[in-house]
Amino acid sequence: MFADYSGSELLSIFAMQGFAGLILFSVFVLMALGLAIIFGQMGVINMAHGEFMILGAYVTYLVSRAFEAWAPGLFGAYFFVAMILAFFVSGGLGMAVEWLLIRRLYKRPLDTLLATWGLSLILQQIYRMVFGAREVGVTIPEWMMGSLVLSDMIEVPINGLFVMALAVGISAGVYILMYRSRWGLQVRAVVANRTMADAVGINTERTDRMTFAIGCGVAGVAGAAFTMIGSTGPTAGQLYIVDTFLVVVFGGAGSLIGTIASAFSISQAQSILEFFLSGSMAKVLTLLAVVGILMVRPQGLFALKLRK
Amino acid sequence: MTMTSPATSAALTKAAPPRQGAFLDRTETMGAIALAVLIFVILPLALDPFRLNLFGKYLTYAFVAVGLVLCWGAGGILSLGQGVFFGLGGYALAMFLKLEASSPENTAIQSTPGIPDFMDWNQITELPFWWQPFHSLTFSILAVIAVPAFFAFVIGTAMFRRRVGGVYFSIITQAIAAILTILIIGQQGFTGGVNGITDLRTMKGWDIRSDEAKTILYFVNGGLLFACLALAQFVRRSKLGRILIAMRDREDRVRFSGYDVASFKIFVFCLGAAFAAIGGAMFTVQVGFMSPSFVGIVPSIEMVIFCAVGGRNSILGAVWGTLLVNWAKTLFSEAFPELWQLGLGALFIAVVLIFPDGLAGLWKTHVNPRIERLFPRRTTPTVPAE
Repeated sequence: MFADYSGSELLSIFAMQGFAGLILFSVFVLMALGLAIIFGQMGVINMAHGEFMILGAYVTYLVSRAFEAWAPGLFGAYFFVAMILAFFVSGGLGMAVEWLLIRRLYKRPLDTLLATWGLSLILQQIYRMVFGAREVGVTIPEWMMGSLVLSDMIEVPINGLFVMALAVGISAGVYILMYRSRWGLQVRAVVANRTMADAVGINTERTDRMTFAIGCGVAGVAGAAFTMIGSTGPTAGQLYIVDTFLVVVFGGAGSLIGTIASAFSISQAQSILEFFLSGSMAKVLTLLAVVGILMVRPQGLFALKLRK
Repeated sequence: MTMTSPATSAALTKAAPPRQGAFLDRTETMGAIALAVLIFVILPLALDPFRLNLFGKYLTYAFVAVGLVLCWGAGGILSLGQGVFFGLGGYALAMFLKLEASSPENTAIQSTPGIPDFMDWNQITELPFWWQPFHSLTFSILAVIAVPAFFAFVIGTAMFRRRVGGVYFSIITQAIAAILTILIIGQQGFTGGVNGITDLRTMKGWDIRSDEAKTILYFVNGGLLFACLALAQFVRRSKLGRILIAMRDREDRVRFSGYDVASFKIFVFCLGAAFAAIGGAMFTVQVGFMSPSFVGIVPSIEMVIFCAVGGRNSILGAVWGTLLVNWAKTLFSEAFPELWQLGLGALFIAVVLIFPDGLAGLWKTHVNPRIERLFPRRTTPTVPAE
């Protein structure tokens, strides 16, 4: 399969596909981080996670329209406003959902799965009714357009680089939140031993609600980032939900490093295979490999040792 | 890993213990008769052939729902990939029917006569070797059951032997549904792609497209469904059924009592897959095509809701639930397609929060006590109005 290409061509192919894989990796990481918090820490299956992400994307779309109409001079900065807004809108909806739905179902994980699937159908339909069935795209600010030319065969788009930087930044933020803040300590305490955490005075119910809300908020930010490299439709979230769950499960639920490592390996495998095979076969092979490995090692790449 | 909903275990303790020896208790007998009257008498008399065929299609989903009652309601294993088995069963029969429809005379205008039209469109000049055995009806019918059951066996063995269960199992079955869909759509030269296998005409020379054939198939369908119901009831009443429920509620304890938990799970998962496959095969003949839109994540999870609405602990309830949800879907999506999506979403939430035991649970708590009061003992079973 390599015979038709010369050495330098192969190198460029790997570099370009590797870079495409890095963008995919960033998207996976952004999506999976929210899920890693919600599923990994709380054990809650949120099938509507993709819809929280799309909510962030629609918020970005609205903000970009608002800036276009009322503050065209500041257009270059709209994305940062949108990102913060997306975090709070998605997080707020997450908090409401936790209060209305999820907290009643903590002991019934399979039922949570069905209920959140219902929620995702409702949200999709609301998006369709509000924004129309067609995909919407945002205008990318000027400074993000164009690409960086590294050599005559390798060039990297700036919006891709930006999304990557964002993924790194948000991962670092989540890490600090989980492992360096008091709140993170409480979350980890509740995960490790709910009864004891309760006994030492942690408000476990509030911790649950905040955890869920922050997970959803991170999904919203992921959605905002997503608008920089693709358009947004009502059902876009559903396309990624299985991939995202596989990333989290493959990485080992509860392990942040594992989530990042698995997002990296899955996205790289997929984008490199994509060049040699058709897109669908690349995806099939990657997913099959992941499922196969999970059957041999159900706890995922990085298992968190927990007393259940 | 497997956790029990308080609602289901509450229902379990509420339910009267079945009388020893009786295959069906009184409520179940009444329910079965009512269902039989509905399927074999009321619907065929009341509906025109088109609508009857539509209900025939719903009945094919009921096979999946009955399988899910065994896996999920009794066994506590929620598979979100039942569409895989429905699809495999359906495709196995569709391949046979397609080969019969693609006889060299019928396909004389193709550049390679005698192969299915979609292969010809994709510049394939020879029938792939794994299509060859599907020239035989006997082989195809065996494959309808054997392929999905084997597939379920492999998945089940790999997962349950390593004690993967609960939500992990659900996610992985969902991933498998996604993989199979992508594979079928991607390999359109071999599978018919996103359109599926269409234009099926005859089965051993018998035209399956005529109204008469569809009516006959409807009754075959109903008969097979009752056979599956009887088998499911047999399993539920056997010791195996009790172990399943014990396993669902307290898996470790069953394991420590010396039972091989994984084997029971694998068995019930394979049985559920076989039921789904029969449904898929009946769908193919009844509706006349099979496509990846019945394999993926969305149809698979919708099949779970049919079962949940009917009642995850009741095989008859699952059939009622399937018929009702699909009938409502046809009714609403014809008139207000937008509202249906919202309604379906609300249904998922309501069935979890408000009536976790589904229609069967409502029947048991609200309707049945009144019937018991009206007809204290040993009366002729009444047909409940729908």
